[in-house]
Formats: sequence, structure tokens, C-alpha cells
Amino acid sequence: MAVVAPTETYHAVHDHLKLNRAGLWLFFFSECVLFGLLLSARFFLEGIERGELDQLLGLGITIILLLSSVTAFTAETAIEHDNRKLANWGLIATIALGVLFTGGVAYEWSIAHFHRNEAFGTLFFTMTGIHASHVVSGIGILVLVWVQFLRGRYSSKDHWPLAGAVMYWHFVDVVWVFFYPALYLVK
Amino acid sequence: MHALKSVAGAAGLGMIGFYLGLGFVAVLRAMLGYPDAWGGEINIVGGYVLGVIGWLMGIGMWGTWSREWFGLKTYQRQAPGWQRYFTFNTDHKVIGIQYLVTFVVVFLLAGTIALGMRLELASSGMQFISHSQYNGAMGLHGILMIAVAVASVIGGTGNYAVPLMIGADDMAFPRLNALTFWLIPPVAVALLATPFLGGIETGWTAYPPLSTTTNSSQILFDLAIITFGLTSILGGLNFLITIIFMRAPGMTWGRLPIFVWSMFVTSWLALLYTQGFAVALLMIMLDRVAGMAFFNAEAGGDPLLYQHVFWFYSHPAVYIMVIPGFGIALEVISHFSRKPLFAYRYAVGAFLGILGLSGVVWAHHMFTSGMPNYLHGPFLVATELISIPTGLVFLSALGTIWMGKLWLQTPMLFAMAVIFNFACGGVTGIFLADVPTDIHLHDTYFVVAHFHYTIVGGEIFALFAGIYYWFPKMTGRMYNETLAKLHFWWMFIGFNLTFFTMHLPGVKGMNRRVADFPESLDNLNMLVSISGWLLGLSFLVFIYNMINAWIRGPVAESNPWRARTLEWQVSSPPPHENFPEQPVIKGHPYDYGVPGSVHGVFPNAIASAPAAGTAGGGQ
Repeated sequence: MAVVAPTETYHAVHDHLKLNRAGLWLFFFSECVLFGLLLSARFFLEGIERGELDQLLGLGITIILLLSSVTAFTAETAIEHDNRKLANWGLIATIALGVLFTGGVAYEWSIAHFHRNEAFGTLFFTMTGIHASHVVSGIGILVLVWVQFLRGRYSSKDHWPLAGAVMYWHFVDVVWVFFYPALYLVK
Repeated sequence: MHALKSVAGAAGLGMIGFYLGLGFVAVLRAMLGYPDAWGGEINIVGGYVLGVIGWLMGIGMWGTWSREWFGLKTYQRQAPGWQRYFTFNTDHKVIGIQYLVTFVVVFLLAGTIALGMRLELASSGMQFISHSQYNGAMGLHGILMIAVAVASVIGGTGNYAVPLMIGADDMAFPRLNALTFWLIPPVAVALLATPFLGGIETGWTAYPPLSTTTNSSQILFDLAIITFGLTSILGGLNFLITIIFMRAPGMTWGRLPIFVWSMFVTSWLALLYTQGFAVALLMIMLDRVAGMAFFNAEAGGDPLLYQHVFWFYSHPAVYIMVIPGFGIALEVISHFSRKPLFAYRYAVGAFLGILGLSGVVWAHHMFTSGMPNYLHGPFLVATELISIPTGLVFLSALGTIWMGKLWLQTPMLFAMAVIFNFACGGVTGIFLADVPTDIHLHDTYFVVAHFHYTIVGGEIFALFAGIYYWFPKMTGRMYNETLAKLHFWWMFIGFNLTFFTMHLPGVKGMNRRVADFPESLDNLNMLVSISGWLLGLSFLVFIYNMINAWIRGPVAESNPWRARTLEWQVSSPPPHENFPEQPVIKGHPYDYGVPGSVHGVFPNAIASAPAAGTAGGGQ
């Protein structure tokens, strides 16, 4: 039953990288439920009915987003090998492709053949809107990371913010892999 | 005054943010050519978002955290003594007490509203308030109490006890932990502002189509609860990472205290299901603000969608509330029976079983809502299956009490009351899970009585068990045992009188959510009102005892209960980083009476004290 006197020397040491990675994964699990419920709502309300959409535009923005995942991956592997030049271009390309995707969604919204006060319009605008807001926040995070990168903050040993931002970016891309067929390709 | 400066500054920034947000949206609306640039609910949304950001930055998130995002150096304001409770403090012990005090205050406030409602319901006819005011009071009572039930045990006792019990120096993400607490005040402000916009007329469930057409308080409700859900998700995430990765050496999953197990399971529920409430309220917001048609049946929407999404969260939410309650009850029962926890593995399995089943039972709330008939059978069966894991929890509790050497201190009394009350709540639940009886009982006071038995009887009693159990650890002082026992018996009798009687008007068909009822039910309702007030007044004893003990109670020992778990092996209150050195776990936490067993040891302890280094030997 001894109560031990405090010593000045004890400090617990934690592997923060491991904690951060696992925490981000749990955040993704939680987000999966958010997107999964929206996806379920889409089939609950409309079955496999869908409104008229510009297929070429849909395919285009999908390719853009998938490409941006490749460039994000390039940036991460480059910084792991201390290849600063490639990492720089990888980040710039990812941000640019992300902006292009958001612009594509905005254009799709402006030419939509349906209105938001009908069921398919409600679902389409909500699902693409929530997804696009994740893309925009991802762009914001990448810009912050890029600025820190330019100031020489990251190296092969210490680049968690960059790695985390890229993980988030991949996650948002995977969500679109499910949303795109559910909105554009069914029926 | 650090405390005043911190909170007033943050509130000021929050107000500035709020008005900036209002104005920003108004300018946007004016530019887009809307006729009423200032008048829309979307202005409230903009104001709320910027207001919350301003408040967070002001309270200390900017200095402690956000500066890092821009590559600036972070700093932390150090406030002395009690004033640290009013700053962005990252110590889990401070945050636990912040949560507990805040939610005890909210609990008393929401309880007072309930006493007002019982005044109106004491006899038939309308006496004091209008139907609409009654609905607003009921909605506010409901949602505030739901917030208390979700956050008080998890955020309060969980935050305080879990890192201590597993031998960690803090939570895995201390800044995130502080963020989850400081998101609560904007939620409280928004909810308490709802009466000024007409009151939450929908009740806490916010069913459409009423919620898409009612007054603008609905939008504040939606924003507040989405924020509150965010704190729940982030808190759950933090607990999971802490419990998975930060256990002391030797603290295997089989040696984890049962309360930590219950927090682990409840954190999964909070992490995964809370999004459902957020999505449901987001849909309502979009219907209201952006003119969408999720719940507009004319335009192809379906109000039933809301009930599915909403109950997908809100049924698991009752397990978020009650599983930590079971955890505290089992924990306390084992320590105060001086016996190893009976069927420890079955109790853990029971928690995991509830985790698994909780996601497939939600539609038992919807037997009368008009969903397809073929769904009734599966949801009936799944719901009744839950009584199997719940029964295992009871098995564990009763087996531990059986032949134990019971020490009937206040925490033990409350813990045993949890078992009694939840048994009543569980038995009445069977009638609600069965489709034929539910069709008669749905939306009557039988339901109200049932869920007050489970949540108040199961969780709030456990919350008080936890408060009394850890009070000496948190404050370093001891409460008055006689007053605490008085509080227990007063509350226990008041509670059972109120809610047992409440079943009877329910069986006779008295509708919930309505301010009036037939004259023939006058006597029963008068009895419920009187017992309700009896229950309400019992908390005066509690408040007096807590405040008095905290200020001038006798100094508590470091381990007044002679308990074996780690939090009792350090001083009361514990030092800043919890342990003077890394504890190492050698055995099971509940092996009372097992010769030679130890739970935690400090291998490098200074040999100043007798029996240096061992902690919690078998007694």
C-alpha cells in the first residue's frame, strides 16, 4: 500500500507517430459511417433511379481525382527518400488537381438538369456537396503542409503532417470511388 | 484573474465571430440578390460556425494548437490552482472534473425543468403554461438530459479514471481531449437560446415533418447537437487509442479493469454511430435552409428515412449511456464485496456482444411508424437477443455479491441500485420489444417510465456511484458518509415511486409529449408529480455534501476503499503526470483474497515506505 514519492526524472515516452496514424484511421472509420449513411439514403429514397447527368464530365473529374491520389502518393514517397524537388511537384500537382476537381463539381452543379427540391437533386447535391467539402478541406490542409514544406520543415525522418494529409486525401478519393458509380453509373 | 480573462476573452471572440458570420452570410445573400439578406436561418448557421471557431481560438486552442498549423511556436497559458479549470488545460484529470461539474450543473438544470413539467402535469387541464411552452420545456429537458447521459460518465469519470487505471500518464491526444470539452459551452449556449426562438417543439427526437416546418429554434438545436456529436466522436477516438496503445507494461487485455473495458466498448459505439445523428440533423438542416426534399413526401422524399438514420444512432446511444454505467457498477461491486469479479470474461464478452448487436436493433422504435411489416420480426428477435449479453452482466454482478463480504458504503449502495433498477427497466423493455404489446404501449408514459428506469436507474445511479467512489481521489477530501447515505435512500425511494407509478397511466394509454390528459388519470399523475418532487429535492443533499466536503471535508487517504486498481496507488489527488514512475502490472485487478497476488508494482520505487514497490496486494 505504499504511496511512492514523486521523482523528477520519470516521463513516459510514447511513439506519437503510431498513435497519430491509428487515430487517423479511427477517424476514417467514423467518416465511413457518415458517407455510408448518405449512400444508403440514396438507394432508400430513389432505388436505382437517377437524373440526367453529363457522363463525360463525371468520368473526367473521376480521372482527375484518381490521378491526384497518384501525385499525392508520389509526394509522400519522395519526401521519404528526401527527394525535395519531386515532393514539391507532387504537392503542387495534387493541390492543382484537387482545385480542378472542385471546379468540375461546381460546373456540374451549374448545368444540372434537376433541381434541389426533388429527390434525386437533393441526394446528388448533398452527396457531391459533402464530398466536395472534404476535398476542399483536404486542399486547405495540403496548402498548409506545402507552405511548411517550402520552409524546410519536413525530412525523411519527420514528415507526419504531410503523411497524414496524404492519407486523408486517399480516403476522400476512396469515398468518391463509391459515390461516382452510385450517382452516375447505376441504371 | 486568469480564469476571468480566459473565459471572458473567449466569449468576446465568440460573439465577434458570431456577428461576423451573420454579416458575412448577409453580404453573400445580398450579392446573390436575395430579398431578405438578414432574415434567413442560414445566417444563424454562418454565425454559429464562426462563433464556435472564435470561442475555441479565444479559450486557448490558438496558442496551444492552431499556431502549429502555420509553423508558429505554440505556448500554453499556465493558470494556478482552481483557475486552470477555466483554461484550455490538457491534463485529463482537469478535463474529467470540468466535464463532471459542467454536467452535474446541466443535470440539475434539466431536472428543474422536469419538475416544472410535473407541476403542469399534476392535474388534468392547463394550469401554468401553454401547450407550446410545455413542448419547448419537454424538448429542452430531453436533449439536455441526453447530453448529460452521453457525456457525464464518459467525459467525466472516464476521462478521470481511464488513464489512471491503465497506468498511462495522460490520454493519447491531450489537446484533442481539451477541445472536446471546450466545444461543450457553445452547445450549451445554443440549446439554452432555443426558448428565445420559440422552443424545441419536436422533443429531442426532432421527427420530420414537424422539425422541417417548426420555428427556427430547430436550426440552433441541429447545430448544437452536430457539435455535440463531434465531441462524442473525438472523445471516443481518443479513448480507443489510449486504451489500445498506452496500457502499462503487463496490462494485458485480460487484466484490464472492467470499467476500462466498458469505456473501450462504448467508445467504439460513440465513434461509429454518432455520425447517424449528425447525418439525420444535417438532412433536416438542408431541408430547412437549402430547400431540399429529403423528408418532403410530395417531392419524392420520405420522412421514414429520418427515423431510420436517427435511430441508427439513437438506439446504440442508449448503450453508449448504459455500458459505462455497468462498468462502474461491476467495478464498485467487486471492490466492495472484497471478492474477485465473478465471470470477468463473460462480462467482457457481454459488452462485446452488446457492441455487436446494437447496430441491428434500431427499427424496434418504428413498429408503429409504417415501415414494411416484414421488418417487424427480425427487429423483434434482434432486440430480445440483447437480453442475453445484458443477462451476463447481471450474472457477473450477482455472482460477485454472492457470499461476498459486502461493505455497504455509498458507492456500493448506488452500484447495487443500478442492478435493481436496470432489472426493472429490462423487464419492461420486453413489452416494448414485442410488436403486439408495443403497438398498444408505443408513445405512452409506459415508454417514458421504461427509459427513465434504464437510463436514470442504470446510468445516473452509476454516475453517482462513480462520483462518490472517486470523489476522495479527485479532491483529496472525504465526503460525509451519513449525508451520502441519506441522499442515496432519498433518491432511490423517490426514483422508484416516481417511475414505477408512471407505468400505470402509460398502460391506460396516457400519451407522452402532450401537456394534458383525461381526468380519470388525475390521481396517478398527482402521485407521480409528488414523488417526482421528492426525487428532485434529494439532490439538495448531494449538492450540500459535495460542496461542503470539497471545501472543508476531512483530508482523504490515498486509498480509502483499500482497492487494488492503479488509480488508488498514487496520492489523492494524483501528481501531474499521474505516476511517479512507470507502473508494471503483474496480476489481475480483482484478485481479492487470493494469496500472494499483486496487481500493479512500481519496480524502481524509492525504498522509503514500508513494502516499497508493491501496490494492491491480495487482502
